[in-house]
Amino acid sequence: MEPLERVRSKTVVIPSSNIDTDQIIPARFLTTTTKEGLGKQLFADWRYGADGAPNPAFVLNKPESIGCQVLVAGHNFGCGSSREHAPWALLDYGFRAVISTQIADIFRSNSLKNGLLPITVDDSTARWLEDHPGAEVDIDLSVARLTLPTGVAVTFPIEAFARHCLLNGLDELGYLRSRLGDIERYEAARIKDA
Amino acid sequence: MSARSLFDKVWTAHEVVGETADTPAVLYIDLHLIHEVTSPQAFTVLKALGLTVRRPERTLGTMDHSTPTSSEQVFGNVPIKVDAAAKQVRQLEQNAAEFGVELFAMRDARRGIVHVISPELGSTQPGMTVVCGDSHTSTHGAFGALAFGIGSTEVGHVFATQCLLQRKPKIFAVNVDGRLRLGVTAKDLILAIIGKVGVSGGTGHVFEYRGSTIDRLSMDERMTVCNMSIEAGARAGMIAPDETTFAYLKNKPRAPKGADWDAAVARWRGLVTDPGTRFDASVDIDASQLEPMITYGTNPGMVVPITGAIPEISGDAINDKALRYMGFHGGDAMLGKPIDVVFIGSCTNGRLEDLQAAANILKGRKVAPGVRLMIVPGSQQIKRDAEAAGLAEIFKAAGAEWRESGCSMCLGMNGDTVAAGQYAISTSNRNFEGRQGVGARTLLVSPYTAAASAVRGRITDPRELL
Repeated sequence: MEPLERVRSKTVVIPSSNIDTDQIIPARFLTTTTKEGLGKQLFADWRYGADGAPNPAFVLNKPESIGCQVLVAGHNFGCGSSREHAPWALLDYGFRAVISTQIADIFRSNSLKNGLLPITVDDSTARWLEDHPGAEVDIDLSVARLTLPTGVAVTFPIEAFARHCLLNGLDELGYLRSRLGDIERYEAARIKDA
Repeated sequence: MSARSLFDKVWTAHEVVGETADTPAVLYIDLHLIHEVTSPQAFTVLKALGLTVRRPERTLGTMDHSTPTSSEQVFGNVPIKVDAAAKQVRQLEQNAAEFGVELFAMRDARRGIVHVISPELGSTQPGMTVVCGDSHTSTHGAFGALAFGIGSTEVGHVFATQCLLQRKPKIFAVNVDGRLRLGVTAKDLILAIIGKVGVSGGTGHVFEYRGSTIDRLSMDERMTVCNMSIEAGARAGMIAPDETTFAYLKNKPRAPKGADWDAAVARWRGLVTDPGTRFDASVDIDASQLEPMITYGTNPGMVVPITGAIPEISGDAINDKALRYMGFHGGDAMLGKPIDVVFIGSCTNGRLEDLQAAANILKGRKVAPGVRLMIVPGSQQIKRDAEAAGLAEIFKAAGAEWRESGCSMCLGMNGDTVAAGQYAISTSNRNFEGRQGVGARTLLVSPYTAAASAVRGRITDPRELL
């Protein structure tokens, strides 16, 4: 995983609430056995018509969305299925952060493990962001701070361990494997108890 | 010692290393269920790092999401129609063989939906931690297990270490009292709960379903309730084990036997929330007032009693978008709306009691002309049980398609899909846009309501046919 410390980018706004992982990437694309190349299927049913042609009304098909790394979305983003294909698709497309007033638990966990930063903000910050699509925001993970172009800065909650892993590009598996001695002792004690 | 919740007892018993401000807890996983869709990337990581599956005996694999439900493709010589699905299936067979993981492959008599087969084998037991790369892993909480869905990266973590890094969630009491009326099922109950709590109301929490209504539910019904905990945003849902749980598990193939059984039951009896335990949140539901429920929108929280009408909400763009997708209007009555497809099955409602409920309605009746009724058992065992009980004959005589087991039309990965614009009455768990096929319009209901609507060809109150 690449280290992630700073994201400075314009935003793309999809204001719908409860955007589920079936919208982020529909189930018919889950027959893949790899993580790669899912960006073209991101939001497939909103992004393309039945004939496969891009839907010009959808925000990702607008020229101003090209190169944007920050997605602003409505409340409860990423609800539904546990498919990690959802953050894989967002990352493959080029997003590095998602901002919402609430982000579903499993999606949040999957995102943190892949270098996609889930940011929850208060209602008024969210409303400002939704009202200003394309705003240039500055995210500094080292201090867990999101700065708007107005100069207003808000801090966002992030688990200390997840932040440490993201800042240093570490895989959590390395830490878990460093605890194998504890795991073996736990197993031995449980077998003795049973 | 202070009062402790069921959740807290299970969590604490599995803490290998407790959480600190800087690090999450290392949580031991007793049972890891895998399937063909979310495991391949995790096996790839193991291979790249030269690691093994640390506890293959705690790992159980099946194939369900992308597998066909036509007998010709499962047992005949007709190849799997979807090429990529065929590749996933082959890859799981290869990975399971290479890493020594038990797998119920395509033609195995024990194969079925991952959340159906583990309970029916007796592999899911009270007090366990159970994970799977699937959000409906919450189903297993019906046994008093702590069970939750994980992503593929975490599947790899469990493979390599039999543990996960987790922050302790909060606990949420869902108190349900009163007798369910005739025709009102566990599915209607959980839909009503989601309607009340909202689709994100459970985020960050584990539900514990409690109260006299829950005590009276069968295990099949408890699984239906816990299954949809995730649809309210909860990470898991739990029900304290009791005599109903023990009776279900006794003599199941993988349940403890003899003296081990007695010791296990004695241990399981302690898995209750102590009096005086404080929950972080709670909701109270009067089950005696519930009616059969039906969704009208594009998430499971958009739900009304079947005799009700779609709420009229003005100036809500998101509500408007959902109604536009569904082709509905605020104020519309639900009863009498025409339907095209009926799906009875899934990890929510694909168990034997669900099929019995459908058969009660379908017996001696026919599916309405022009309506497709697809009945997909949750496992091959349930298929055999339903055939032995004469249910399959009732279904076939009614004009239904009787299929091999799998997730099927719940998510349409295997080619079992609903066409764009069509209305599908479904006993599954998600009515998201496109869930059952591009442009498909899903209405979530109980098996009774699904069967009754299949007979009439319209949304029907099942109490008229019971």
